[in-house]
Amino acid sequence: MSNEVKRDPDGQLPFISGHSLSSVSEKISDVTTLPIKKMPKFWYGGMFLGLTVVQLLFFAIFVLVTRGTGIWGLNNPVGWGFAIINFVWWIGIGHAGTLISAILFLFQQDWRMSIARFAEAMTLFAVVCAGLFPLLHVGRPWLVYWLFPYPNTLGMWPQFRSPLLWDVFAVSTYATVSIMFWFTGLVPDLATMRAKTDLVWAKKIYHGMSLGWTGAARHWHRYEIAYLLLAGLATPLVLSVHSIVSLDFAVSNEPGWHTTIFPPYFVAGAIFAGFAMVLTFMIPVRAIYGMKDLLTERHMNNMCKVMLFSGLIVAYGYAMEIFFGWYSGSPFERFMVLNRADGPYAPSYWALILCNVMVPQLLWSYKIRTNPIMVFIICQFISVGMWLERFVIVIISLHRDYLDSSWAMYAGTRWDWAMYIGTMGLFLTLVFIFIRTLPIVAIFEMRELVHKEEHKEDSH
Amino acid sequence: MSSQLFTSKHNTLARLTLLLFVAGGAGFLGFMDMLHRSPYVRYTKVRREQPIPFSHKHHTSLGIDCRYCHTSVEKSSFANIPPTQTCMNCHNIMWNDSPMLEKVRESYANDESIEWTRVHDLPDFVYFNHSIHVNNGIGCATCHGRVDQMPLMWREKPLFMKWCLECHRDPSQFVRPDDKIFDMAFDPKSQSQEERDALVESYGIDTANQRLTNCSICHR
Repeated sequence: MSNEVKRDPDGQLPFISGHSLSSVSEKISDVTTLPIKKMPKFWYGGMFLGLTVVQLLFFAIFVLVTRGTGIWGLNNPVGWGFAIINFVWWIGIGHAGTLISAILFLFQQDWRMSIARFAEAMTLFAVVCAGLFPLLHVGRPWLVYWLFPYPNTLGMWPQFRSPLLWDVFAVSTYATVSIMFWFTGLVPDLATMRAKTDLVWAKKIYHGMSLGWTGAARHWHRYEIAYLLLAGLATPLVLSVHSIVSLDFAVSNEPGWHTTIFPPYFVAGAIFAGFAMVLTFMIPVRAIYGMKDLLTERHMNNMCKVMLFSGLIVAYGYAMEIFFGWYSGSPFERFMVLNRADGPYAPSYWALILCNVMVPQLLWSYKIRTNPIMVFIICQFISVGMWLERFVIVIISLHRDYLDSSWAMYAGTRWDWAMYIGTMGLFLTLVFIFIRTLPIVAIFEMRELVHKEEHKEDSH
Repeated sequence: MSSQLFTSKHNTLARLTLLLFVAGGAGFLGFMDMLHRSPYVRYTKVRREQPIPFSHKHHTSLGIDCRYCHTSVEKSSFANIPPTQTCMNCHNIMWNDSPMLEKVRESYANDESIEWTRVHDLPDFVYFNHSIHVNNGIGCATCHGRVDQMPLMWREKPLFMKWCLECHRDPSQFVRPDDKIFDMAFDPKSQSQEERDALVESYGIDTANQRLTNCSICHR
């Protein structure tokens, strides 16, 4: 292969280059079948960090369950603090995976293939982290099944008019469909792994999980249909889950929450944060595992464009919030806007504008979009910015609303931070277990892509 | 295919596993629900061990009114268990050497309470006022059952929240006239719906706007 990569007729770089059908399988499955001692230091470092930080989560949960939610910084009027901020943040991060795998699949965007598996896995892990917060915020997590409507001895149904209940359905549906989608996509690759691995016990596990996949035409046929159906099922979820999460706020009548822009503005924010998180992991992984030929700069370029676009919608949302403050004619709405910009939490508001509105404008430049280090740094800004966005929405509206006799300040306690940082440890641990045990790029889809590249000329 | 570790007979096994997941999950949930409602957990109709085998059946058959011992039922939020003194009012004269009553005399002599096992205990997160029920047409038997026929005390009702709500949603099913509150044999259903509606009205029970089923009525 020459170093000169052949460009598409439209002048774009290809999504895959320099690979044959077998070299793709080797390359991806090698990450998983590598003997444990040969795993790169990056993996050990990541796993160690993840496992260390997740201890903080376990400890925080233990203390929380034994002592109650009083250890958090919640007060009256700020009854929603870190728990909902972190919940919304994590759920949002998951959205990139579903968008990539479902919507981009239906639009037949081939570039999704190499990032879909990783992004879907991150969706699942993000949902796990997100789910922990409402679960623990209920105070008695062992009674959390009370959230579900079932014929109980209370003589009561859950409050169907409450968006918090809609959340229960939205998030549990999201988790179920995501896991089905992810697993279905894995089946052909699990069969490949079964062939590639030498360890007998691992072979058995891959074998069982591959559900007797033989690669027969009939299997492929059914697989394609099942995947298409699941993509169809998952597509509305990209929009519905975060819309419903946003209704937790929009349905109430707090200043700054009661706006119709919330659903689209939240969905855009979710995609914005989700792509930032996918890139945060993709950039080191492609460098360390030498996957620059599978996860190309063109992928990065495309993902940055999505981030730029969703970031602009988010910026529009911020502008609209200010506009509503004036247009509503309500003194409380107006005060809320001023309190954001000039109140005690003003630094978090301006930091949010910096992270989510100003810094992402760098992505207009093609050079920056294809520079991994710059993109990585911008993604960190976006992740922080999206957390700040939820902080600003939740805290600033609650801490000073209608009744100024009940104004108060809020700050997360050390346990709030321990839980939040702890879930990052959980996420990291799950990601590194995933890197070690399952093919992080869909092997069969890459092979399909190689095939398409090879026969591109034939089709003309 | 030689690369297959499993053969076609494993298909049945796989299907059985799926069935087991569904049936096992449903079975487990069903079992937990039944367990939750069972007398094993709820103590419904289970005779409770008491330090002294006190018989409500026997004492009421002598014509003693409930309120002779349970003095606060009409006046206080808390329905009291009588002090040993109340027992001794009679038992220092009659059966005053019965070995069965040894613990009563002991308690009286040492000025230490008898530790009865509480049969009707609502969770601490429930605000319950006993007197408001007794004063507004709810008879003893409605909640406690035919205590006058219980040799040893048991819990007649499971004390589920839905049981409380049954009455709070429609008190007219259970109200009785003021003079029938302590009448154990009286059946509120023997009255016509009109009579019962009139009773609800006369007690001033506010049934408008589902006030009685407001969360804060019981969970304060």
